[in-house]
Amino acid sequence: MRPAFSVLFLTTLIGIGQGLLVALSVGQWIETIGWAPVDPNGNFIAYGAVVAVVFLGLGLFASFFHLANPQRAWRAATRWRTSWLSREVLLLPVVMGLGLVYALIQYFNVQPALVTFANGESVTLGLVVGTVAALAALLLFVVTGMIYACVKFIREWASAWTVINFMIMGLASGSAVAAICANLEGGVLARFYLFAALVLTVVALATRSYQIWLNSRLALKSTLKTAIGQHHQQIRQISQGFMGSSFNNKEFSAPGGRDAVRGTTVAFLFFAFLLPAALMIVALGHGGLVVLASAAAIQYLGLLVERWAFFAQGQHVQNLYYQGKA
Amino acid sequence: MFGKKQTPAKKQLALVIDLNVCVGCHACVTSCKEWNTSGSAGPLPDENPYGADPKGVFFNRVQTFECGTYPNTETVHFPKSCLHCEDPPCVPVCPTGASYKREEDGIVLVDYDKCIGCKYCSWSCPYGAREFDEVQGVMKKCTLCVDRIYDTSLDPKLRKPACVLACPTSARIFGDIKDPQSEASIAIAENSGFQLMPEWGTNPANHYLPRRKTRITLHEDELVRADNPLKVEGEPPKVPLTSPTIDDASNW
Repeated sequence: MRPAFSVLFLTTLIGIGQGLLVALSVGQWIETIGWAPVDPNGNFIAYGAVVAVVFLGLGLFASFFHLANPQRAWRAATRWRTSWLSREVLLLPVVMGLGLVYALIQYFNVQPALVTFANGESVTLGLVVGTVAALAALLLFVVTGMIYACVKFIREWASAWTVINFMIMGLASGSAVAAICANLEGGVLARFYLFAALVLTVVALATRSYQIWLNSRLALKSTLKTAIGQHHQQIRQISQGFMGSSFNNKEFSAPGGRDAVRGTTVAFLFFAFLLPAALMIVALGHGGLVVLASAAAIQYLGLLVERWAFFAQGQHVQNLYYQGKA
Repeated sequence: MFGKKQTPAKKQLALVIDLNVCVGCHACVTSCKEWNTSGSAGPLPDENPYGADPKGVFFNRVQTFECGTYPNTETVHFPKSCLHCEDPPCVPVCPTGASYKREEDGIVLVDYDKCIGCKYCSWSCPYGAREFDEVQGVMKKCTLCVDRIYDTSLDPKLRKPACVLACPTSARIFGDIKDPQSEASIAIAENSGFQLMPEWGTNPANHYLPRRKTRITLHEDELVRADNPLKVEGEPPKVPLTSPTIDDASNW
């Protein structure tokens, strides 16, 4: 499939935003149950949620460039009963809205205690809204992943691992940004987020590698025999019906072909996972913001390459009809 | 997950394409393009038509395949357009409802006024039947000439898709495949009509008729005239014009 840059930016940017929201909520829970001291200035979560909303907004902005008629984009919210794409169109603004409310509650410290525990800590409004935002963000990972995983005609995508990888890579990159936010605001959770980002990056390396391995062993479901219904062992295409090109051989093939997929796969395994993981280990020891920020930046660029390779690797069944011409 | 299963249409218009007859002349392609580029839905664009890399939108293409190994080969001309699946995978994925299947006759259509041009439906078609119009920014596909087959101002004989009317070898049959008496249904039933890629469960309405070999077994005695046992060849005897005729009235 031809990778569209609007979708590469959309899926990677909202991945960071969603991962960041989840990280913030988890951090707030950790403070609440007393595993970490409560942040003295408390604004870290508010600023972090704003950063998350900015990432989600940038992703939403990028998505409009994918549409040929963006003025009708509102119509895309109507078919949520059947279309995962429509569900994403609905859920993304909901997550953004929840993130914004979360930020406002934390910033203005509107924290009526809903439940108070014996140890003196209480479930506050911010904690509840943050948890709902995080759950919505996790659901959005599923919805975004399912857009691709439900396309059964692209066997490389039609797998639960598409959803799992979208989620783990988003959580990893979001945790890295959470570590930066916590570091900037002097939050006590910076090291926790950094460690979480490291673990998630290593897990993402494993699960994404597993999907690459699965995709290298895919069996064809259709052949030219069923595509044109001729029971011959040897079928060769002589003409596609045109001498130039068409939508069918532009949209469904990636520039560079298999070599480009192989090259970008090696590149993203290094730049999205291995190098950031190494830098995160350095940052854990030495605690420098510059190392941490470069790890997050390199990981983001690596994830862009990863998304490019993900799209380019998809081999659509319709390509059976567009294999060659004499 | 929440998808509502489409109820099968009571009527399902479709094309039946006889691969045994198609000669690959592309008359259906040009007549389709001519009809559908001239309608009120706007043209089917041709980008760079006289340049090095022409690109255009067509609803129908004729592809050619060679089956077998030389010298025992067979050339198959294969017209390909939207198959108007009974369970179309392209319809439920559309986020706007622009892609839909008509209840009344089973035609799968795109509402160009609702399409946002996300191309998601084309990813969900295993047949590559949809082509994107870069100029209008909407997805296009075969309409089964829906603007023609119900046009009461046309002679009833002409209320057929443009490709069917253009085919010089009558390789294309148009009809309701849910009506067992229709020409299309009879052609499918009598000539082993088949569907493309049945393994995906799309249940395409369009059917194809396979290549068929027509062979006659002749025996030696059938090559000999039974009414000439003495094998005397030559002109039959001329009857003189003066001789009487059977009825005495007509002339020799």
